[in-house]
Amino acid sequence: MAHGATSKAVRWLRLLPILLMLAATMPAHAVQPDEMLSDPALEARARELSRELRCMVCQNQSIDDSEAPLARDLRLLVRERLKAGDSDRQVLDFLTARYGDFVLLKPRFGWDTAVLWLGPGVVLLFGVLGLANLVRRRSHRADDPEAAPPLTDDERARLAELLDQGEKSTGR
Amino acid sequence: MIAEIGHYALVLALGLALIQSVVPAVGAWRRDSTLMGVAGATALAQFAFVAVSFAALTACYATSDFSVANVFENSHSAMPEIYKFTSVWGNHEGSMLLWVLILSLFGALVAAFGRNLPATLKANVLAVQSWIAATFYLFILVTSNPFLRLSPAPYEGRDLNPILQDFGLAVHPPLLYLGYVGFSISFSFAVAALIEGRIDAAWARWVRPWTLAAWMCLTLGIAMGSYWAYYELGWGGFWFWDPVENASLMPWIAGTALLHSAVVMEKRNALKVWTILLAILTFSLSLIGTFLVRSGVLTSVHTFASDPTRGVFILAILVLFIGGGLALYAWRAPVLKQGGLFAPISREGALVFNNLFLTAACATVFIGTLYPLALEALTGEKISVGAPFFDLTFGPLFAILLLIVPFGPLMPWKRGDLLGVAQRLVGAAAIAAIVIAGVFAATERGPVLAPFGIGLAVFVMTGAVTDLIERSGFFRLPLRTALQRARGLPRSAFGTAVAHFGLGITLIGIVCASTWGAERIVMIKPEQTVSIRSYDLTFDGMVTRQGPNYRELVAKFTVREGGVIIGTMEPSKRSFPSRQSSTTEAALLSRGASQLYLSLGDPGDDGSIAIRLYHKPLVLLIWLGALVMFLGGGLSLSDRRLRIGAPKPARKPAKPVLQPAE
Repeated sequence: MAHGATSKAVRWLRLLPILLMLAATMPAHAVQPDEMLSDPALEARARELSRELRCMVCQNQSIDDSEAPLARDLRLLVRERLKAGDSDRQVLDFLTARYGDFVLLKPRFGWDTAVLWLGPGVVLLFGVLGLANLVRRRSHRADDPEAAPPLTDDERARLAELLDQGEKSTGR
Repeated sequence: MIAEIGHYALVLALGLALIQSVVPAVGAWRRDSTLMGVAGATALAQFAFVAVSFAALTACYATSDFSVANVFENSHSAMPEIYKFTSVWGNHEGSMLLWVLILSLFGALVAAFGRNLPATLKANVLAVQSWIAATFYLFILVTSNPFLRLSPAPYEGRDLNPILQDFGLAVHPPLLYLGYVGFSISFSFAVAALIEGRIDAAWARWVRPWTLAAWMCLTLGIAMGSYWAYYELGWGGFWFWDPVENASLMPWIAGTALLHSAVVMEKRNALKVWTILLAILTFSLSLIGTFLVRSGVLTSVHTFASDPTRGVFILAILVLFIGGGLALYAWRAPVLKQGGLFAPISREGALVFNNLFLTAACATVFIGTLYPLALEALTGEKISVGAPFFDLTFGPLFAILLLIVPFGPLMPWKRGDLLGVAQRLVGAAAIAAIVIAGVFAATERGPVLAPFGIGLAVFVMTGAVTDLIERSGFFRLPLRTALQRARGLPRSAFGTAVAHFGLGITLIGIVCASTWGAERIVMIKPEQTVSIRSYDLTFDGMVTRQGPNYRELVAKFTVREGGVIIGTMEPSKRSFPSRQSSTTEAALLSRGASQLYLSLGDPGDDGSIAIRLYHKPLVLLIWLGALVMFLGGGLSLSDRRLRIGAPKPARKPAKPVLQPAE
């Protein structure tokens, strides 16, 4: 672009009020460039961990997504621990020790979360058992018109006789 | 004056609802056709009065009448006209008014188009519908009256929450409510059937079109909400497993199960009791959704109001209808005659499988959403349940379900041949396998699960096509015959295939966008360029613009691919002085079904600004798939056999209602 340095400075001055206004009303954005670690492997781990951690002042947002200042603090904390050589597990332990289980978006399995983790499986199991029972009952139901009891020997003989007659009468 | 008219009309609607709650039910009980006939007139009049009430509130918004407290709190004279209109339901009171408007609309539709319903069933359905309506009118009048006046009247309004000043608000809530409230019809039919103690295949045929219509609206409503969140909230996610989202997902899953079980009931006269239960549960989940969002139990962008009296009132409505519905079910369901024979390997078996997994998936969302609330209430312990939990639990359940989807429509009724169906799906499975291998080859050392996700989606899609090919006999019969047979297929067969195909499309979008997306988070100065995938974005500088009721800071970017300019992107930050708040407006650039997504972060001191830039491959398929599902539902709805009991006036004398199922 062909703007001189002065005109650019003037333009920035003109933007200043709105920038200030935005700065006053706008919460900090999710993951900022200045937070990111230079080591890409470590940064990838930090991002991965951030997705499993809740921003406690937000509505079900991970700290990776959240714009709240607290989320930023937590993101920096996670990166600090990683730089200090913590394993993923140690980072999560450190944060739960500080902030409680509330910080984990994937609750740990325990007596208090058993209903949560096992609930879906139990519902499925009950469904399967109920169905198995239903199928067993339904396939041998005497009163069901479509599931008539098997023919007796007499009936079978009579049927054969009728079929026989039928064939004769059609002339075959 | 207009506000008072609206208020008065709502009171009259309540009065009519009370009459309609009692008189037709008594009529049905005493077989008195005069009393039963009352329901039709009151249902239509109720709708008319609620419509007047809604129109009155709209008029207050259109004229920016700030003497009405509701308008003062949620509108601003400088707001564009469309937002003045949509802010009618961009707040708690107004959205409840929209809720009852749709509720009374459905009641009126049943009254107007349910001519071929048996008189007692119709009377009972309308009575039950009116019980729901009456409680919600009462709720609005007692706790959430949108027509309250302010004195003295303020000069200017407080403006609508900026996040809601978007086209999304114009379509998302109405569609969602059409879905939520549409399920009230299934509920009313179920309760009416329980009251009468009689239910048959014809019942399923009457209920199906209503359920289908509600399901279609809910599908589109959820998809719209998801797309809105995607572009408005500024970090490119499309589903957050937020309790409010879950609240809309639960009725959708239950409604999907209901659609499928109603088919079994209509065709095989089986699963009656289960279908009734599902109809009750689906609407119960809609009510729970309303409760979660409206009561302030959850605090999020969706919660406009956090007033405990409202929460308690809605909770009472919840207990009344869910508790009452289930109690009636427990009492009366044993009276209903159980349906026919049942073989596990058959179309009905596959549909039961569908119901089993959908129910389990719904239970997962239910537990995941409500367990943390329950635990906190009981022990004070706070836990979080987020995306990682649902990925691990909901994900596998749905994957298994999707694997079975292609088998269902190919399976014959009564007794199927699993091997035969599997043979017919060999082609579909082979294509899926080739796709999986192809994706693995293309994404060397990439994620392991994602290619299988794509393969699964392709299997669902090719399976849907296989179903149509098999039915019309392409490749087996001469082309001309096959074409003729294809033309003769019922529209519902096409509807099923199209809807299932749409499911596959959505899955591809979800897998691609969440697995192979690229992301750049950088500080950028004017004239610098940032690259992502094959695109180069040059930052041209910032400008300010004045909008009708905001000021915005716009960053201009030129996008090039291989040196050729393909477009510009202008993400912005808007600040709304009236609310002292601001929003981030992301810029989107679509390339086919993929998108570039650019949103602004904080400005630096040296004229630089932080940006988040994403490449989202095939992300648009997520919502396109939902649209295809909606169209599939529409095709089914237009099927002649459904129309017999559907909301469409019969020009000729109504056909005999009890027709053979096939």
